[in-house]
Amino acid sequence: MFEILAKERIGPGVNRAVISAPDIARAHKPGQFIILRTQENGERIPLTVADKDAEKGTITLVWQEVGVTTYYMGTMCPGDKLQDLCGPLGKPTHIEKFGTVVGVGGGIGVAPLYPITKGMHDAGNHVITILGARTEGLLIMTDDMKKVSDETLIATDDGSFGIHGFVTQVLQGLIDKGTKIDLCAAIGPVPMMRAVVKVTKAANIPTVVSLNPIMVDGTGMCGACRVEVGGKTMFGCVDGPEFDGFEVDFDLLMKRLAMYKGPELIALNKFRETPRGCECEIPGGTS
Amino acid sequence: MTEQEQPKPAKPKIPRQKMREQDPLERAHNFYEVALGYDNDLALLESSRCLKCKKPYCMAGCPVEVDIPDFISMVKAGDVLGASWKLKEKNSLPRIAGRVCPQESQCESKCVLNKKGKGEPCAIGRLERYVADWAAEHAEGKMPELPKPTGLKVGVVGSGPAGLTLAGALIKKGVAVTVFEALHELGGVLVYGIPEFRLPKAIVRSEIDELRQLGVEFKTNWVVGRIETVDDLLEKRKFDAVFIGTGAGAPLFLRIPGENLNGVYSANEYLTRSNLMKAYMFPEWDTPVAKGRRVVVFGGGNVAMDSARTALRLGAEEVTIVYRRTMDELPARSEEVHHAIEEGVKFQLLTAPQEILGKETGWAVGVKCQKMELGEPDDSGRRRPVPVAGAYFDIECDTVIVAIGNAANPLVPSTTKNLETNKWGNIVADLETGKTSKDRVWAGGDIVTGAATVILAMGAGRKSALSMLQTFGI
Ligand SMILES: Cc1cc2nc3c(=O)[nH]c(=O)nc-3n(C[C@H](O)[C@H](O)[C@H](O)COP(=O)(O)OP(=O)(O)OC[C@H]3O[C@@H](n4cnc5c(N)ncnc54)[C@H](O)[C@@H]3O)c2cc1C
Ligand SMILES: Cc1cc2nc3c(=O)[nH]c(=O)nc-3n(C[C@H](O)[C@H](O)[C@H](O)COP(=O)(O)OP(=O)(O)OC[C@H]3O[C@@H](n4cnc5c(N)ncnc54)[C@H](O)[C@@H]3O)c2cc1C
Ligand code: SF4
Ligand code: FES
Repeated sequence: MFEILAKERIGPGVNRAVISAPDIARAHKPGQFIILRTQENGERIPLTVADKDAEKGTITLVWQEVGVTTYYMGTMCPGDKLQDLCGPLGKPTHIEKFGTVVGVGGGIGVAPLYPITKGMHDAGNHVITILGARTEGLLIMTDDMKKVSDETLIATDDGSFGIHGFVTQVLQGLIDKGTKIDLCAAIGPVPMMRAVVKVTKAANIPTVVSLNPIMVDGTGMCGACRVEVGGKTMFGCVDGPEFDGFEVDFDLLMKRLAMYKGPELIALNKFRETPRGCECEIPGGTS
Repeated sequence: MTEQEQPKPAKPKIPRQKMREQDPLERAHNFYEVALGYDNDLALLESSRCLKCKKPYCMAGCPVEVDIPDFISMVKAGDVLGASWKLKEKNSLPRIAGRVCPQESQCESKCVLNKKGKGEPCAIGRLERYVADWAAEHAEGKMPELPKPTGLKVGVVGSGPAGLTLAGALIKKGVAVTVFEALHELGGVLVYGIPEFRLPKAIVRSEIDELRQLGVEFKTNWVVGRIETVDDLLEKRKFDAVFIGTGAGAPLFLRIPGENLNGVYSANEYLTRSNLMKAYMFPEWDTPVAKGRRVVVFGGGNVAMDSARTALRLGAEEVTIVYRRTMDELPARSEEVHHAIEEGVKFQLLTAPQEILGKETGWAVGVKCQKMELGEPDDSGRRRPVPVAGAYFDIECDTVIVAIGNAANPLVPSTTKNLETNKWGNIVADLETGKTSKDRVWAGGDIVTGAATVILAMGAGRKSALSMLQTFGI
């Protein structure tokens, strides 16, 4: 069993937890994820390893509450244990000295972007990060990101913090200014990644995106995580999760992510009626 | 020979005894086991049919060479527990084998009673199931004596029937064994693929618990190749040998248009959601699965039958198996085909899917099919299906399950130095010993042969264990 050592709420519906998982902490590389199950009758869900401490044998997960599992995890407390934690899974990010790397993170996507940014920074790249959210309260991990970036630009849709606008506008601004960008890494909601790719493609800047298809096993056994890249079917869990952004069929990914909308709502409503977990927090609360 | 010329048997012939089964209409809507097994009387009656042949052909048909006439005669003599020990000498998972082995094409096909013409071989598989179940229910806690530990230790990658069998064989010789499994539950296809109604999970678990009691160590959620590689197991963890039994776990697709539409599943995903993740208990269990109204399954093997029958149980109104050849060529166990038909699964034979049709929302709405006919035999000796020119038709459906086979998962081969694979990605290993191109590494089961059977995987596990023991000088 994998014990939660620390947990905090870092934004509305966004949590961060440090979990004891020595084997995974030792093996993990940036870009990789884990699959967890909270309890016996729980679902297997993938989450990126946002940080790790190999010596202490811990990993950090950051998650947004969107459905049963993530809401339930939101109610878990230090001392609680996760039933299963499988990983690290997926191909590690290809890290080398490219020159200037721009990391674009939207919403919860900042969490998975963090280890990649850190890796790129450690490899000697000049790292510019562009972080975005709908509003100030939804920005996460900005201080962590600043520590591993040479420049950090922040944008909010409503202008409540930083630049008023979308991350894509900020990115376009950099390009227009003549900043030489050698690689862009974008992680966030699918529409955001699609929009980023539109900008970088026009400027011919190689772009990797980290995809979040629905998964079951995460080892290449089931094919649930099918995505189309360059017209070919790939498995997000073993061929990815990172892919060449220019080649990804984002529309297909969006449709596949909506596959279980109906059942997920049923499950969430049932959970709200009979919540499980610790009673010190209201499931789905935003405090 | 005509009827009249045939010599009259001295005593009335006992017919092959049927197993009790759940009523087809009822069972098509529940996940309880279909076949209920023999009771003591039926088992006694059936065992009395065995001739205890001097030359037991049946044994030659058994991939692990169970002492069939011996164990059956012990049943006849009333020593069921003894029969179970006899079974376990060769087969460490008899409750499983008794349920899923294709007996009709193995031991039973060679049985002398079968050869005598009437096609009613002794029901070896059903007796095996009876004996092993009886022993599990009545002989709890009775353990065989273990030898002193040898100090040797072996790492096993994958907890399918191959890995489990090897683990059982080695621990009984005093070799320490650690089994590494990627999933959260042990058993491989036995727990994620084969449905509860054919092989209850509790049975797989009880067989595994027995191994655990013998001292086998199990590590779940442990993906070899990601946490540590096979080389790490040998070098860092100092295992004396490693056995790779990772199975054939990568689903194949037809690569036809529409295969990534919503509602289109690989059989592995569909069955894993239902079995391992208990989607049939949704929302009590969190994992959902599309409960199709009209379901089409591509393929004709055990996997296709399991998918089709699972779909019925999840509430589908109509389930159709689409297969390229005819009923005679279906590769599934005949008992399962029979069960599927009884339960109401439809068969659209001599038919090949061309395209999965979808609507704007991304959901499947039907399958475009082509009629086929049988042409000349191909390399496999089966007559090759060839398209009938211009003969296309559509089947309306909302869920499609692709059950056309599995390929080797590349994770372990691609992260292991000097491990030879063939052009399909299967690990190359000697079929008699399980030895691979890499020193101290053995492999067996579906990862070597491609998708095969439980008993062949067990046979491979057993042979590798023997070969390891020989190498160790035990
Ligand atoms: C490789 C990978 C890494 C990920 N890393 C993170 C992470 O670090 N932090 C984080 O918060 N989330 C991450 N996700 C997404 C996370 O897995 C989902 O949010 C989670 O599975 C939802 O589970 P649930 O039971 O709470 O909700 P469900 O009830 O399963 O779903 C509720 C809603 O979320 C949507 N959804 C379901 N699965 C996903 C998915 N995989 N991606 C996006 N939306 C989904 C559904 O369409 C639905 O609308 C990652 C996904 C992948 C594939
Ligand atoms: C739906 C279905 C129905 C079937 N029905 C029958 C039947 O009725 N009769 C019959 O005889 N056969 C049947 N078969 C075939 C039979 O199940 C297989 O031939 C048999 O299970 C193969 O055993 P194995 O030990 O080689 O591998 P598997 O059972 O495939 O087990 C391999 C295990 O290794 C694990 N693994 C893989 N990679 C790694 C890794 N890197 N690290 C750690 N663990 C890993 C997997 O998670 C899995 O648990 C069926 C198969 C399916 C899919
Ligand atoms: S061949 Fe048939 S009759 Fe003869 S020993 Fe084997 S099971 Fe009994
Ligand atoms: S999640 Fe099953 S193959 Fe990727």
